[in-house]
Amino acid sequence: MKLGKQSISFDTIYLGQAGVAAGPKEKQGPLGSYFDQVYDDLYCGADTWEKAEMQLMRDAIDHCLLKNNIGSGEIDCFVGGDLNNQIIIGSYVMRDYDIPTLGIFGACSTSVEGLIVAAGMIAGGSFHRVIAGTSSHNATSERQFRYPTEYGGQKPDTLTFTSTVAGAVLLTDTPTDLRLSGVTVGKVTDAKLNDPLDLGRAMAPAALSTIAAHFSDFNTKPEDYDLIVTGDLSYFGKDMLVKLFKEINIDIADRYNDCGLLLYDRDKQEVFAGGSGCGCCAAVTYGHLLAKLRDKTYKKILVVATGALLNSIIVAQKETIPGIAHAAIIERSGD
Amino acid sequence: MNEEMKSAIEKVKKETKPKRNVLINTAKAFFVGGLICLIAQIIIEILKQQFLLDKEMANSVAIAIMVFLGSLLTGLGIYDKIGQFAGAGTIVPITGFANSMTSAALEAKSEGIILGIFTNMFKIAGSVLVVGIISAFIFGSIRFLLGI
Repeated sequence: MKLGKQSISFDTIYLGQAGVAAGPKEKQGPLGSYFDQVYDDLYCGADTWEKAEMQLMRDAIDHCLLKNNIGSGEIDCFVGGDLNNQIIIGSYVMRDYDIPTLGIFGACSTSVEGLIVAAGMIAGGSFHRVIAGTSSHNATSERQFRYPTEYGGQKPDTLTFTSTVAGAVLLTDTPTDLRLSGVTVGKVTDAKLNDPLDLGRAMAPAALSTIAAHFSDFNTKPEDYDLIVTGDLSYFGKDMLVKLFKEINIDIADRYNDCGLLLYDRDKQEVFAGGSGCGCCAAVTYGHLLAKLRDKTYKKILVVATGALLNSIIVAQKETIPGIAHAAIIERSGD
Repeated sequence: MNEEMKSAIEKVKKETKPKRNVLINTAKAFFVGGLICLIAQIIIEILKQQFLLDKEMANSVAIAIMVFLGSLLTGLGIYDKIGQFAGAGTIVPITGFANSMTSAALEAKSEGIILGIFTNMFKIAGSVLVVGIISAFIFGSIRFLLGI
């Protein structure tokens, strides 16, 4: 059912089990024990960075299928994407699966974008089981958006560290213990910031726009959620978002966190402002937060995946960097 | 988005603008950059005194050695870590030039020798070369015209 201007509420969309695969730094981070498959080597057993990211995506899908005890033939559709040019990772991985596929791009908001598309397809009544998945890899992103990995240029504190993770989750109309009860589709929001080494702050206004619209559409307030997480605003973006909400007289600080800060220990790991990338929100949400909902730490959470919509050509042309954020409510069903 | 949110964004955007510590970064760059030059100077003196090379030859051989060291440290994954500390201190010396080429070559290896390494090797260093050649032309012309 449509709510307000940009939200949809769902009654019968459930979440099955998820699969998450992660690289070495994510394994060593505070959430390392929540992931189904971890690698000690950034190459993940492959011989190029791109193939390494494909391996992570494949692992995530395989673990998702395995944990749900379901064959690929029973999946109606896979919805997913990544950060690589022409979302090549997801497409190449899906060559090996007998599953209809929709490729999507929303930069680092892809995880929740996938949930929205998947939920919509199931709510339409035709599809019953859809997997939403996404991946990112530090080295594939660095070489595409920034510099070669071994280049000795100094990185500023505001830089976010693209995480090496992939996550996939099953959405179904068969009741489970977790429900996707509503989503808010974000608007492209440009706060006229233009530093590609400070994407957290470029995306924070988009998160503000989507979360504020979410509260208004669902007629809720921060206290209605046990946790509100953004995807990858990291340290500087998180700080900015809290201050933005304070300006409009809403206090989210006590129940708000960011996946980029949960994934790593910034004091011990060299990740600058914190984690980012499509996989960041997916890994933290599907690996860690679903487990926290299932062990009853949380009852209802709001996941807001944030994406910076840029490429290196448009930034070199002195354009500003717009952001987008999509939100999804995940809650325990039945109690 | 309403006007309240728009003005909040304008206000908070300015308030949260991160400050970069120019003074400390400059000091680090000065000392590490100076250290690299000192090492090169020691190599030149050794080449002159122990290997009896003349000044110009000693300079050229020292440059080759520094380029080799910069590339080796890049390949071993150390140069970027020093660069994170030293900033411009490791970019400006010729070791930085070697790093920019070696790192680009390493990165592009997966696309093959011609389309990968040969095409991408000057991806970062290319701009340095262009500026170098243009500056050499301009200052060379000035020197010629003034008859120095």
